[in-house]
Amino acid sequence: MSVREADKRVLRTPFYSRASELCQTNLWSPWKAYTTVDCYSYVEEEYFAIRNATGVFDLTPMIKYRISGPDGLAYLDKLMTRKMSKLTPGRVMYSAWCNDLGHVLDDGTVFHLEENLWRLCSAERHMDWLQATALGFDVEIEDETDDVVGLAVQGPTSCQTLKAMNLSCVENLKPFQHMSFDFEGTKLMVSRTGFTGDLGYELWVPSEYAEKLWDTLFEAGKAFGILPIGSHALDIVRIEAGFIQAEVDFVPALNVVRAGRGRSPFELGLDWLVHFDKPVFNGRRALLKEKEEGSRYRFVRLDIEGNKPASDSFIYNSKKDIVGHITSATWSPSAKKNIALGSVEMPWGRLGDELYAEIYYNRELKWNRLMARCHVVEGAFFDPPRRRETPPLDY
Amino acid sequence: MSNLYDTIIIGAGHNGLVCANYLAKSGRKVLVLEANEGVGGAAITREFAPEYSVSACAHLLHLLNPKIVSDLALNSHGLKMAAKGLTTLSLSTDGEHLTLDRDSVSGKALLQSDKKVYRDFQNKMRRFARILRKTFMTRPPRLVHKNRKDLMTLASLGLSVRLMGRDDMRELLRIGAINIYDVLQEDFQNEHLKAALGFDAVLGSNLGPRSPNSVLSYLYRLSGQVGENDSAVSQPAGGMGSVTEALKKSAEAAGVEIRTGVAVSRILLDVDKVVGVETSTGENLKSAEVVSNADPKTTFFKLVGARNLETGFSRRVDNIRMQGKAAKLHLALDALPEFTGVSSDQLGNRMIIAPSLTYLEQAFDHSKYGEFSNAPALEITIPSVHDQSLVPAGKHVLSAVVQYAPYDLRTGWESQAEVFKQIAIDKIEEYAPGIKDLISASELLTPVDIESEFKIHGGHWHHGEYTLDQFMMLRPVPGAAQYSTPLSGLFLCGAGSHPGGGVMGLAGKNASAEIINGGKN
Ligand SMILES: Cc1cc2nc3c(=O)[nH]c(=O)nc-3n(C[C@H](O)[C@H](O)[C@H](O)COP(=O)(O)OP(=O)(O)OC[C@H]3O[C@@H](n4cnc5c(N)ncnc54)[C@H](O)[C@@H]3O)c2cc1C
Repeated sequence: MSVREADKRVLRTPFYSRASELCQTNLWSPWKAYTTVDCYSYVEEEYFAIRNATGVFDLTPMIKYRISGPDGLAYLDKLMTRKMSKLTPGRVMYSAWCNDLGHVLDDGTVFHLEENLWRLCSAERHMDWLQATALGFDVEIEDETDDVVGLAVQGPTSCQTLKAMNLSCVENLKPFQHMSFDFEGTKLMVSRTGFTGDLGYELWVPSEYAEKLWDTLFEAGKAFGILPIGSHALDIVRIEAGFIQAEVDFVPALNVVRAGRGRSPFELGLDWLVHFDKPVFNGRRALLKEKEEGSRYRFVRLDIEGNKPASDSFIYNSKKDIVGHITSATWSPSAKKNIALGSVEMPWGRLGDELYAEIYYNRELKWNRLMARCHVVEGAFFDPPRRRETPPLDY
Repeated sequence: MSNLYDTIIIGAGHNGLVCANYLAKSGRKVLVLEANEGVGGAAITREFAPEYSVSACAHLLHLLNPKIVSDLALNSHGLKMAAKGLTTLSLSTDGEHLTLDRDSVSGKALLQSDKKVYRDFQNKMRRFARILRKTFMTRPPRLVHKNRKDLMTLASLGLSVRLMGRDDMRELLRIGAINIYDVLQEDFQNEHLKAALGFDAVLGSNLGPRSPNSVLSYLYRLSGQVGENDSAVSQPAGGMGSVTEALKKSAEAAGVEIRTGVAVSRILLDVDKVVGVETSTGENLKSAEVVSNADPKTTFFKLVGARNLETGFSRRVDNIRMQGKAAKLHLALDALPEFTGVSSDQLGNRMIIAPSLTYLEQAFDHSKYGEFSNAPALEITIPSVHDQSLVPAGKHVLSAVVQYAPYDLRTGWESQAEVFKQIAIDKIEEYAPGIKDLISASELLTPVDIESEFKIHGGHWHHGEYTLDQFMMLRPVPGAAQYSTPLSGLFLCGAGSHPGGGVMGLAGKNASAEIINGGKN
């Protein structure tokens, strides 16, 4: 008995035909409703494509909501912790959103597509919450996850690749701006956004144009070292950039079962996304109180001595008390450092605090334990100037 | 500019007036704004036909808190009873009605055993009602905060539950979880008697006798008839409006300023802090304390606006169940009607039409599907028997609650109110043949009418269904159950708050205590 493609529990994205042709490993993992490539060839090769050339990542499974209506901006201001009034057509904003407890439900980007029309990209599905928040606003919300596909095109030659696609003036796009181009009879939206902390863009088209987009892009990128990349390589670059990921670095508040497991934006290093100088927004009261009374946790970026990745390690203070744990860890080829993201109890995690990660590693079935000294660092581990340069210099 | 008023109260329902009075006594300068032309909310007397007046919504007084009566000296402000300690007659078309009193029941068809069961049942339920009532005198405890006052409230509640003894405690937990139909089925034989008791469990609610929460609803009603409230059901002289007139005079004597015919159109906010109100006439009145006697949905959605509330909270408010199902019928009568088997000196009592639990359940069934009952249940009074001030000499007025008349009638009420009115009158005619010929004028208020006249969302008796999930610290919703709200300076004082609806006054009184206490823990 055969199962129809559309009835499979995990679906193929519209790029499947192309991705599967190029995927040497045939290693795939589910991401939301879709199966996506872990690694096409070698993680290192894909990593260096992002940092030295152009890496292409299939964003289809990213949850996308279409928000429309005259109250859209006011609605987003209520939904988001960040002041959204600067979000004008052509711009994109990254923000977090919270429940009434001030715990983060998710983080994501909002695109102001045109007058009275926005797109929200998030890691999790939130229709129920988005609808509940719409009470009292003239807005309409639709899930367009399956209707729109996206490709992240990231790396120092990404702009050159896009120029080779004849996207005129794409080099003038500043970070967090987007513009649209005619493409094979549809509209191709290009935004200067990404999850890599590098120069990069995201390309969006209706899903029926997926293969066409892929083919055109890869043809144009030939001369610029374009490679498809899987989620493993992406994970390294996003940790280097210091970006948090839902379900990895925090539990989205709607998925929290045990009281207290949620995290506020302050506890995730997202203080800069919380603006109190605007009308009531979800979490406002709780966050004001937290600001006054102090947070429970601190989000830390750690530079760890040695080269053994500190995945899932406990973090200790100098008195050998457990004060937190690592949520993401990797060796950073660009920073040449052993880096990690973590959550520690207050007051720990200040610059200069003496912290240790308890690392277990296995050498031919012999387990070793290491207490590696951690240094709290501020900002991204890798932050090239090209990330912001407009127009970007050719590489 | 400094504020002219320390506190502005939205609504001069009885709870608003009680709250205003205590706040004025605490030294505040209090202004009450009432949308309607007179004070009283759902507790008023008004003319419905030339020279015929009637209690327009609430018509029997059985919950009013005695402490409030004495604190506010309502008797010296004109509150008088036309009749006290009314009994209930559960009517029968064959004239064999039952007479229900506090401890005894009589009726030709009843066996000695029925009477004993009745007494035992009343005693047991009164013990439970007494415990419930204990919680009424103070704000509901917050469960998440370790606050001394709340712990005391919980401890005292826990203690009274413990002091009940093991058997009672087990019994309360058991019956609380089932429904009044099953409870009555266990103890009673007589169908008519069961229905008379079951009727009290569903009056004013969106429940049938087989609905969960009907035991709680029964105990709530009984709570007005325990402790110092023993006198049970009364009829105020001059109708229910005299209660709120006395409250008005008492409030004014305490220095409260009351403006009627002024609706609040908006509560003014500085982000999430109250700064005053805007009236329908466009006036902005400043005040750092605003107390709403309006129901929670009206308060939060119409006056505050969902936009100004965080999503979790506004979703809870949105989910409050408050669909009214009780209609009110008023008849102007040329003479005292005759009810089969009821002597004329009994006509001043409370009369109900509820022949069996099945009858009640079937009446309710219709309402579940957006239809009105074609054989409704009724609570009937003829207040003019005790009080001729309501009518021209020698004439009479009948006031009845008629169930079930769902707020969201599928066909809409416009064309159907008259049909339902005739059904109700026909039903009364079955028990009082000839009454139709005495009717010179009539009026039926559907829940939609009640919503528009009394500004109660859904036209609901209690400003929100009285059920375990909307009870005590869940009433009206967590986050607003201690009279304070997520908006600083905004408080609730109406029937939608603990303890609940009925002309009782405790929501207003408890709210005032919280406000005086700074709305803090
Ligand atoms: C059909 C029916 C029969 C009933 N029978 C009985 C009975 O026999 N015995 C009994 O004890 N109880 C009875 N009740 C219940 C009782 O009437 C109510 O629970 C009680 O009156 C509620 O009092 P309150 O002060 O909390 O609110 P309300 O009486 O509703 O007062 C609220 C006030 O706020 C005002 N208001 C609302 N919005 C605004 C605004 N924007 N601006 C200014 N003012 C505003 C309203 O006009 C109203 O005056 C009955 C209810 C109904 C519907």
